[in-house]
Amino acid sequence: MSHDHPTLRESSLFDRATIHEIQRAASEGIYKIRGFGAKRALPHFDDLIFLGASVSRYPLEGYRERCGTDVLLGTRHASKPLKLDIPVTIAGMSFGSLSANAKEALGRGASEVGSSTTTGDGGMTDEERGHSKTLVYQYLPSRYGMNPDDLRRADAIEVVIGQGAKPGGGGMLLGQKISDRVAEMRTLPKNIDQRSACRHPDWTGPDDLEIKIRELREITDWEKPIYVKVGATRTYYDTMLAVKAGADVIVVDGMQGGTGATQECFIEHVGIPTLAAVRLATEALQELGLHRKGVQLIVSGGIRSGADVAKAIALGADAVSIGTAALIALGDNRPDLAEEYAKLGTAPGFYEDWQAGNDPAGITTQNPELARRLDPVKAGHRLANYLRVLTLEAQTLARACGKSHLHNLEPEDLQALTLEAAAMAKVPLAGTDWIPGLR
Amino acid sequence: MEKLDLAELGLRAVNRRLQGREGAEETAFEVTGLKGEHAVAAGLMSPISVTLKGHVGYYCAGMNKQAEIVIEGNAGVGLAENMMSGTVRVKGDASQSAGATAHGGLLVIDGNASARCGISMKGVDIVVKGSVGHNSAFMAQAGRLVICGDADDGLGDSIYEARIYLKGEARGLGADCVEKEMRAEHLEELAGLLAAAGSDADPKDFRRYGSARQLYNFKVDNVDAY
Repeated sequence: MSHDHPTLRESSLFDRATIHEIQRAASEGIYKIRGFGAKRALPHFDDLIFLGASVSRYPLEGYRERCGTDVLLGTRHASKPLKLDIPVTIAGMSFGSLSANAKEALGRGASEVGSSTTTGDGGMTDEERGHSKTLVYQYLPSRYGMNPDDLRRADAIEVVIGQGAKPGGGGMLLGQKISDRVAEMRTLPKNIDQRSACRHPDWTGPDDLEIKIRELREITDWEKPIYVKVGATRTYYDTMLAVKAGADVIVVDGMQGGTGATQECFIEHVGIPTLAAVRLATEALQELGLHRKGVQLIVSGGIRSGADVAKAIALGADAVSIGTAALIALGDNRPDLAEEYAKLGTAPGFYEDWQAGNDPAGITTQNPELARRLDPVKAGHRLANYLRVLTLEAQTLARACGKSHLHNLEPEDLQALTLEAAAMAKVPLAGTDWIPGLR
Repeated sequence: MEKLDLAELGLRAVNRRLQGREGAEETAFEVTGLKGEHAVAAGLMSPISVTLKGHVGYYCAGMNKQAEIVIEGNAGVGLAENMMSGTVRVKGDASQSAGATAHGGLLVIDGNASARCGISMKGVDIVVKGSVGHNSAFMAQAGRLVICGDADDGLGDSIYEARIYLKGEARGLGADCVEKEMRAEHLEELAGLLAAAGSDADPKDFRRYGSARQLYNFKVDNVDAY
């Protein structure tokens, strides 16, 4: 009997995916581990719309008038803040999770358009440093590969406390992706399932974090901007405390943020949506008097389009980060790999097994044969194209709202299509002046 | 020997001097006026010798490379964290997370160390002449931790390939940490570590602990341990 027989009724509670997962769990006895990010429907930037200019507002000419996109990051304490040409950066993804060619491609793409890339849970590679004009070095609980020389050759340091796909959880890299080089960089045996620590080994709270940040500044001569990255949960308080601890830049990763490998229950059930997080972080910075004048905010988790970029900035972000979208731009989930995806039991648009190491696109793998398939020059250029489009789209929307810089976008330019989005983003429901919970 | 008064010069100036950022040719330093200051002698990167005359706060000698640092007092949290090489010796006690994630070099603690000594160590050698607190060598990846006294609960929890030598008693071993045979090569290795630390303890009085390697890969049979 066909699964799409018109007389068959699928349970919304026990749908096919749910039934399959119960069957898999019963068979294997271990939780499902996968990559990608949350797949469930969540309130997101799609639930917001811009109020373009009309009689009461004055738009800018869409193709000619200047609309600035540059952003300064780390102006609070660092003697060498970062100046990026566009407010779209590449989020932290490890060498290990990604192939060396993928990391190189990310660096090439971001550098081509004047943006930054970020290392991940595995240390800094020479390829990455060499091809990234601006490189942010993550300081993670595992401290894999951490060393003072790389700290000093980074352009900024990101103290990672959590990530949106798994706030409260540590990194994960399964044994099949541990090559000789990955194992050596992480000082661990080959072929083991690496479960990175979920908390830092030498500090436990915000008071300690303040001292830790001071140590990092002492080691790097107070040159580097210090970011603090949190997975979005208690975002208002986390932002407050990170600022108190001395952060120059706050990075908030919403629950739609992707991952190389994590338990699915974590991905789908922990954290709050990016839409809610950006507003909470902004409120904290505003209350401290530091929003757009001292501490910068980077938001990530489900950024896909220039509209997402513009909406995140309108809600208070200074810049955004992309991870999943960047991998797709490099060549992940593309249609010409359909046959190979089919052999893995999946299809273009559905591939999520980034943890497995057999990525036919050569991106989320350490298999040399597969990794060679990714041309870092071409893939880097695809990423640069994509970043240009995000920027052009965001500028288009900003000009329509009469803004000469993306940072001039503001919540007043937005309204919400759903009650949930109105409440989370604290903008009025479209066509009304009603913000649930406020007025 | 150049003398630096931290209370007078401030941390920034003292660390810059020790890091060689002022073009110093001096190779021996004595620092006074410490008063428990944090991040003292952090990020040193040349084979100089530094004597710290007093107690220090968090992250003293953090990420040390090549320098030989002696602390004539007690040390706060994260002593010699992520050390790459060189030697750090504290003549008093050390607080928690001493030698955390350190990749190389030798850390000697003449007194006791608090919890999580050697947490996530990645190749450093640590010799504690006294006892260590709970969860020492937690997730320890590589290197050797020598404990001449006792160890509190959770010793070597989730340990990888680091080796632990313990003279006294462990209140309890952490997940996947087991006692292992003390073979001749281990006695020889331990003798070298004790000698380097200036300890006259007899290697034959120690037991060796390490990973049972049962948690290296996800297995449903280990579900209780996850």
